[in-house]
Amino acid sequence: MSKAQSALNGASYAGLAKVEETGLGGMITLRGDFASAGFQAAVKAATGCDVPGVRKIASSEVGAVAWMSPDELLLLVDYAGVDAVVAQISEALAGEHHLAVNVSDARACFAVSGEGAREVIAKVAPVDLAPGQFEAGDFRRTRFAQVAGAFWLDEAGVFHIVCFRSVAVYMYNLLCTSAHPQSKVGVYA
Amino acid sequence: MLILECPYCGVHAEETELHAGGEAHLKRFGPGASDEDFHDYLFMRENPKGVHLERWRHVNGCGKWFHAARCTMTLEVFGTYTAQTSEPPQEIKDKISAKRPGWTWREFSA
Repeated sequence: MSKAQSALNGASYAGLAKVEETGLGGMITLRGDFASAGFQAAVKAATGCDVPGVRKIASSEVGAVAWMSPDELLLLVDYAGVDAVVAQISEALAGEHHLAVNVSDARACFAVSGEGAREVIAKVAPVDLAPGQFEAGDFRRTRFAQVAGAFWLDEAGVFHIVCFRSVAVYMYNLLCTSAHPQSKVGVYA
Repeated sequence: MLILECPYCGVHAEETELHAGGEAHLKRFGPGASDEDFHDYLFMRENPKGVHLERWRHVNGCGKWFHAARCTMTLEVFGTYTAQTSEPPQEIKDKISAKRPGWTWREFSA
């Protein structure tokens, strides 16, 4: 089998913030009833995390879980182990109404880090990124200029973005433009 | 700029994150309905100056459909509510009544 490649092969750019494509990430779309004990147990078993609150992301050493909608979660796990995790979830939730799909290859992942990271994202997404309004553990599905995407902030102050792989080049160019060294607004400085 | 609070994810989403879905609470008339009912279902829409009930979808967000009650003249938003209902909840009706006493919209009123 051919070797899996990420959309931009790890491209990176340094400007107001560092923009980089973070390579292949394992992602599973999981839909079902959050209130069900079986569902919660399956999420815990797959990622080591409890079902997160509204617009939150929970993470552990084995993976992370993000809140996508009232009936949908995004499970982030190791790329190589995705199929095994999907199989494990399907087995655990057999007989219960649910959907678990490996979407890893349909997505592209980016990281925006550094001092200007908040501003770089705030310029292209209609989200209040003021410190205190958007903090570590917060997760938001929104749009980045013309394309849909989701992002969260980790404990290390790095913003992680996921979008469809088909728009990876658009997203990368957009973030690089937004991080252009001469485009500083300084609104969160 | 219209800002609506999505009742599902709690985001105060601005217009560009949403998609307008037309008039709320349409009752479908399909096979077996009279020609007149079917015609009205297909073509007859409210176009009020004032209180209006609409469907919206949080398309660049949680993806859910919801309802919004707002004023087409002032763009004031009275409230948003779940899509799983065939009439506006009393709480929303009360909010509209507080601002626009005596309002009516199709078969609904204060």
